[in-house]
Amino acid sequence: MSAAAERPSPALRTEAMEALLVERGLVDPAVMDRFITTYERDVGPLNGAKVVARAWTDPEYRERLLADGTPAIAELGFGGPQGEHIVVLEQTDDVHHVVVCTLCSCYPWPVLGLPPSWYKDPAYRARVVREPRTVLYEMGLDLPAGKRIEVWDSSAEVRYLVLPQRPAGTDGWDADALAGLVTRDAMVGVATVAAP
Amino acid sequence: MDPLADMGGSPGWGPAKVPDPDEAPFAEPWEGRSFALTLLTMNRVSGRNLDAFRYALERLDPVSYLADGYYGRWLNAAELMLTDSAVLAPGAVDARARRLAGEEVEEPAFPEPARPDYAPTGPGSLREVEGPPAFAVGGAVVTADLRPRGPSKLPGYLRRRRGTITAVRPGHLLPDTHAVFEGENPQYVYTVGFPSTELWGPDAEPFTLHADLFESYLIPESEADR
Repeated sequence: MSAAAERPSPALRTEAMEALLVERGLVDPAVMDRFITTYERDVGPLNGAKVVARAWTDPEYRERLLADGTPAIAELGFGGPQGEHIVVLEQTDDVHHVVVCTLCSCYPWPVLGLPPSWYKDPAYRARVVREPRTVLYEMGLDLPAGKRIEVWDSSAEVRYLVLPQRPAGTDGWDADALAGLVTRDAMVGVATVAAP
Repeated sequence: MDPLADMGGSPGWGPAKVPDPDEAPFAEPWEGRSFALTLLTMNRVSGRNLDAFRYALERLDPVSYLADGYYGRWLNAAELMLTDSAVLAPGAVDARARRLAGEEVEEPAFPEPARPDYAPTGPGSLREVEGPPAFAVGGAVVTADLRPRGPSKLPGYLRRRRGTITAVRPGHLLPDTHAVFEGENPQYVYTVGFPSTELWGPDAEPFTLHADLFESYLIPESEADR
């Protein structure tokens, strides 16, 4: 315990490793900056929200998306690392899906961005495969007693995107307006999309 | 013993976090630097061998895995890959960090790199597999009793459990050999569904657990003696 606990802070060690690798000619800080801004600005849950909103407003797209997620998502321009094979799981009146990665924190980056802290937290990784109803309740989602729960442990390279149920009271809304309602948490299955 | 990273079902972690809808991708600037540095390290050192990176995470001691969160874990795994391949000397990162903090410490010299001999046959982790899949949707299977010393993607809580094939997925590189640079050996992956009672006993909450498992982790139920 002591040796690792007494190491310099992670901020200092990151700075040190960056300096060493720059000296070795292996890393270009400008490339690092581009990676960071890409995931801070461009690749995030808004991508997934656009996919969901399109599926809610275009029945043929919804069918293609559920049959084979990866090409349907690529139609909207999304794909890349951690999204080689995306499977879409549809929430229904009877079934609730929730996604986890117990072995690391695998997550569909092209549609949701980088995983949030609760997804990477040991409590979620350890417990949602053992007592999902209890865990979802702790996270603020109280599922009806009769709802069937399906938990998906992404233990290989398949990545899962949850298609939430469209909330009532949104008849006539267009895809852009609907996308504004869709949350990251609903697309992993730990929340539902609230009615406006 | 299974690595700490194999967390499914393990006790003692407390309540789940309540999601913060406005959480930023990186809580502090160093987390973004660690993220980018790790991706570049993977590209430059291991030819984008993602399985080798995950195996580095699994080899971390518990403090290195947990103490500084997700991007601290990434940083430590990247450092392990860099010292494994002698791009950096052991202790080099700490020595430089202490110097940055104003301490007078000697830094080890750069070693002679010994990177793994590795050339992927294609991009990413999916590959064509010759021949048909061994299992079909609906097939009854039992998971193998695997307890390897090296890498494996069979979660401990799914060892020796009866399940049913939910879906047949594309061929994947086999992490068991790929993570240690011993070949891609692609296999079909299957999503396998398990009733919660098969995993956690008769008092379990009712639900179905699906996991993505490699063909060599599965035995047809008809051939399993259990």
